[in-house]
Amino acid sequence: MTYSWNWGVLLQEPYLQWLGWGLALTLAISLSALVIALSVGTAVGVLRSSDHAVLRAVTGAYISVFRNIPLLLQMFLWFFVVPELLPAGAGHWLKRDLPYPEIVTAIVALGLFTSSRIAVQVSAGIDAVPRGQRMAAKAAGLSQLQAYRLVLLPQALRIIIPPLTSEILTIFKNSSVALTIGVYELTTQTQQIQSITYQGFEAFTAATILYVAIAMTVTVIMRAIERRVALPGTTSGGLHVRF
Amino acid sequence: MTSHEMIKVEGLSKSFGPLEVLKECSLTVRRGEVVVICGPSGSGKSTLVKCINGIEEFERGQVWIEGEALPSRGRAAARLRARVGMVFQHFELYPHLTVLENICLAPVHVLKRPRTEAAAKARALLARVGLADKEAAYPAQLSGGQQQRIAIVRALAMDPVAMLFDEPTSALDPEMIGEVLAVMLELARDGMTMIVVTHEMGFAKSAADRVVFMDKGAIVEIDETQAFFAAPRSDRARLFLSRILAH
Ligand SMILES: Nc1ncnc2c1ncn2[C@@H]1O[C@H](COP(=O)(O)OP(=O)(O)OP(=O)(O)O)[C@@H](O)[C@H]1O
Ligand SMILES: [Mg+2]
Repeated sequence: MTYSWNWGVLLQEPYLQWLGWGLALTLAISLSALVIALSVGTAVGVLRSSDHAVLRAVTGAYISVFRNIPLLLQMFLWFFVVPELLPAGAGHWLKRDLPYPEIVTAIVALGLFTSSRIAVQVSAGIDAVPRGQRMAAKAAGLSQLQAYRLVLLPQALRIIIPPLTSEILTIFKNSSVALTIGVYELTTQTQQIQSITYQGFEAFTAATILYVAIAMTVTVIMRAIERRVALPGTTSGGLHVRF
Repeated sequence: MTSHEMIKVEGLSKSFGPLEVLKECSLTVRRGEVVVICGPSGSGKSTLVKCINGIEEFERGQVWIEGEALPSRGRAAARLRARVGMVFQHFELYPHLTVLENICLAPVHVLKRPRTEAAAKARALLARVGLADKEAAYPAQLSGGQQQRIAIVRALAMDPVAMLFDEPTSALDPEMIGEVLAVMLELARDGMTMIVVTHEMGFAKSAADRVVFMDKGAIVEIDETQAFFAAPRSDRARLFLSRILAH
């Protein structure tokens, strides 16, 4: 093989800039999607744990739909199909007037996909809180909302920190699917560099290192959070998968 | 209903699916009275107590607290529940909160008391049960007896008109039972209206005004304490008592 190595290409303009923009967009999409996933996922997970049959059925359906359709297909559906299904006005607005439609779509699709997975974790976490806690909160006169906010969720979220960490790691990796609807995130930019310069090894190595750096940062942050909220007198309960 | 009736239960029935766990239970507890409920396992004691403050729903019957009918759900039910303190077998302190936060949670969020006022009251109550130095501890750092005394303080911090206890000492190591019973005895002497599910017959003898015996979801008999221990009227109560006293 007569591949000529040229690591210097990564530091040349505009390629260094492309990598930088790609990284920025990957971070922006992933973090925005994470905000959606955590808020929607917590809300759906809480409703899922209620003893109201209709709420359980509706949230169950939500989870099945968003969890079982492949993320790639969801991206396509949101980008190509949903605007056509909406009333003409809204559809036009999505296609023409919405700024950066592919980025917004990627954030929404990734956020909702991940929210279904987080909802499952949240409701499992709530189920893992001893039944007596719910009774104690109720006996003290707390409303349902207060019981969740002050008693059940603080315990449930502590329980699910380890699986939540792996879900957050996955969001960053999954953000690369946005490539398929034309978002110039990290993986897309890497491909661009390789197709123009033919220095694919260098470009993909750089992307790999950046993804690994993101993962390590997330893991370190989550471990710090876990240590911070650990309760004195208890041994930390969760299962840890180190990478 | 007269004003000295604190808790009144009439014709209360409840089923879990096909299983009828409470059958037409009726009981009136006067202000300042201490009533002990005993009976074999599965007889419905816990369920009855949970129905009295509405944390368990029931199909038929009615419960009144100080003459006010307990609604089955909603805000009004929560408000009435907050006036009846409840102590559980397994303490159920909130593990993610310190002792002080445990005690202040409901006063601040339900009664809307200012934090400083709630904390001052909590500290005074903690001192009364001899745990003034534990306000910053977390439940997992305390013994069972300490946790249960704090659970009692947590209920008292709401200024309840009555207190319900569901086997408050049966999850404790024997050497810790005494310290919890002592707090309960003092409460009884101070005139608190109490319904206590317990198998501590010593406590019943010294603190209870009346004893309720339950079996298979029904209240079989209600006696003055002395009469109950001297000679229960039903065969089932006599059998139960001979077993538990021999134990
Ligand atoms: N959530 C529930 N679902 C189904 N059955 C239940 C439930 N809670 C209690 N039961 C049943 O109701 C009956 C009464 O239970 P309860 O806990 O009130 O009895 P208990 O007198 O307190 O017994 P113990 O002395 O063992 O605490 C039992 O047969 C029990 O199995
Ligand atoms: Mg019981």
